[in-house]
Amino acid sequence: MSTSQPLQDKYKELTNAATVGGVTNLLVREQDGVLYVDGSAPNGAIKDMLWSVYDKLDPNYLSGDLVMNVNVVSTAPVTKAKVTTERSNLNIRKGPGTDQPIVGKAAHHEIVTVVSQTSEQWWLVRTKDNEEGYAYAQYLTPEA
Amino acid sequence: MTKRSFFIILTLFIALAVGFTACKKKMKDADIKAAIETALRADPMAVNTSVSVMNGVATITGECKDEASKIHCGEMVKGVKGVKDVINNCTVTPASVPVVNADDEALTRGVTDALKDHPGLKFSLREGKIVLTGEITKAKWTALKQMLDKLKPKGYDLTGVTIK
Repeated sequence: MSTSQPLQDKYKELTNAATVGGVTNLLVREQDGVLYVDGSAPNGAIKDMLWSVYDKLDPNYLSGDLVMNVNVVSTAPVTKAKVTTERSNLNIRKGPGTDQPIVGKAAHHEIVTVVSQTSEQWWLVRTKDNEEGYAYAQYLTPEA
Repeated sequence: MTKRSFFIILTLFIALAVGFTACKKKMKDADIKAAIETALRADPMAVNTSVSVMNGVATITGECKDEASKIHCGEMVKGVKGVKDVINNCTVTPASVPVVNADDEALTRGVTDALKDHPGLKFSLREGKIVLTGEITKAKWTALKQMLDKLKPKGYDLTGVTIK
C-alpha cells in the first residue's frame, strides 16, 4: 500500500477534485520531494477551482512542493484573444523573450489575432494596426 | 392429513425456505458485483481492474495508472448501491515518464520574463529550484505561480515571500 507518499496524501483532495472535475490526461508524479500535477481542464472554471483547492491545502502555495500545470483545453483553435493586462498596453516583441526589442503595442482590452501559440509563455499575435510579434500569454485571454 | 404427509410437506417447506434465503444472499453479492462491473466499465479511469464481493464488502484488484485514479475507483465503488465497504487493493503503475525539468538557462529566461511586471520580487536559482524574495499581492501571486509552474522548476523556496 502507498504509505510512503506524503505529498500525494497532502494533495489528495486536489487530485480527487481534478478527477471529479473531468481533467483529462491527468498525471500525478512525485519526484525529489516535489509533486507534479499535469493535465487538461475542460474549462477555466475547473482550473480556478483546482487553484483554490491548492490554496486551501497549502495557503498561498508557499510550501513550494507542488508544480501544477493544468491547462484549459481549447476545443477550437484560438484565433482571437483579448488583451487582459491590468490597465496598461501590452508589449509586442520581435522574439519570445523580454530581452527582445519591442516592435509594437496592443491596447488594454484590444482584440488581437493569434497567429500561433508558440509556447506556453509566448504567443505570436497580430494587432489591429497589423503589427506582428510576440506577446506574453498570461495577458491574453482567448476569445470564444 | 396423515402425520407422515404433514412431515413431508414441512420438510419440503423448510428446504425451500433455506434454499431461497441462501439463494437470495448469493444473488445479492452477485448483483452488487455486476453493478460495480458495469460502473467500472463505463469509467475511463478504471483500466485493468476487477472486483469481488463478499457479504457486501467489495475488493478491487488490478492496476491503476496513478494514485488519483486509484482513489477515484475506490470512491466510485463505495457509491454503488449495496456496497458496505471497499478494500482497495489496486496497485499504482509507476509513472513511466519521468518529469523533465527545465535547465537553468531556460528557467532563468522564463522567470525573468514572468517577473518583469513584478518589481517587488527578486529571484535566484538553487539546484533547479526557484528561490523568490519580496512582496506581492495575492491576486498577482496566483497568476504568477501559474506561469512559473509551466516552466517546470524542481520546486520552490518561498520562505522569503510575503503575500500582501
